[in-house]
Amino acid sequence: MRGGLRAAAPLAPAVFLVGVSFGIAALPVMGAVAPVVMSAIVHAGSAQFAALAVLADGGGAGAAIVAGILLNLRFLPMAVAYAPWIPGGALRRAAEGQATTDASWAIASRGGGRFDRDTLLGATLAQYPAWLLGTLAGVLIGEGLGDPRDVGLDAIFPAFFLALLVEEARGRRGAAVAVAGAVVALALSPLVPPGIPVLAASVIALVGLRGERP
Amino acid sequence: MTQTWGVIAALALATIAIKAAGPVMVGGRPLPERALAVIALLAPALLAALVAVESLTGKDGALMIDARTAGVVAAGAALALRASLMVAVVVAAAVTALLRALG
Repeated sequence: MRGGLRAAAPLAPAVFLVGVSFGIAALPVMGAVAPVVMSAIVHAGSAQFAALAVLADGGGAGAAIVAGILLNLRFLPMAVAYAPWIPGGALRRAAEGQATTDASWAIASRGGGRFDRDTLLGATLAQYPAWLLGTLAGVLIGEGLGDPRDVGLDAIFPAFFLALLVEEARGRRGAAVAVAGAVVALALSPLVPPGIPVLAASVIALVGLRGERP
Repeated sequence: MTQTWGVIAALALATIAIKAAGPVMVGGRPLPERALAVIALLAPALLAALVAVESLTGKDGALMIDARTAGVVAAGAALALRASLMVAVVVAAAVTALLRALG
């Protein structure tokens, strides 16, 4: 698990600060307790921000739930890919599947469809407390912490994913799939609800059905 | 407030179901070769989509190039020069913060 903890360590401060910004944004809409509970049991940043945005705009509970679910649907193909590497019975596999996050999944990927279970669990272990404590700090200290965007926070996650992508997109086929995935996501982004573009990009991987393994 | 708790409960249950579905249905047995080939390509497809959406689109989903985009491009340049992941992430944040500070 150490490998995962170490690999995700550069992200922990960023996760904490995004948690802070979620806490600050959620406080006037949800009160002080609900955002912390949400971070503890939903633990999915983008889905939480999406649901919060709907509630803050006066949208209904149904719309907030749908927005959050759409953003989390990408975990469906991610967890399917990781599934063969989880041992044990159905209940244990279901429980371990909960550790799937964007960053952990990407860190644990070893290429060729292989995943390292220990690394994935360790990487999630590094992020979970940071997200929870960040949210707590956000609702407690509020605006006093300033705007996380000032420190370039929103560039950290795409840069992190880019670094992992460089490893994954080796070879002509991987590179072509990466370009196609980005194009599909960007083309759909203005047309469909948030979350769908990234989910739709996973369809590109179906070219793997044709011919030899990459 | 009741509405908030309903959203949290529903979203928590839905997320648990989404993350459990694959491991419950697929786990425990080896996948056919063709399925593995598809899974192998999921990482580049999903990661590239995440990078593109998070560095090139704004709140409404339309194309938006800003300080954050420049930060990610700088990280890409650092990676091309064989910088480590940690260095690339720091470069991205620093360039973005600097551009914002300069206004």
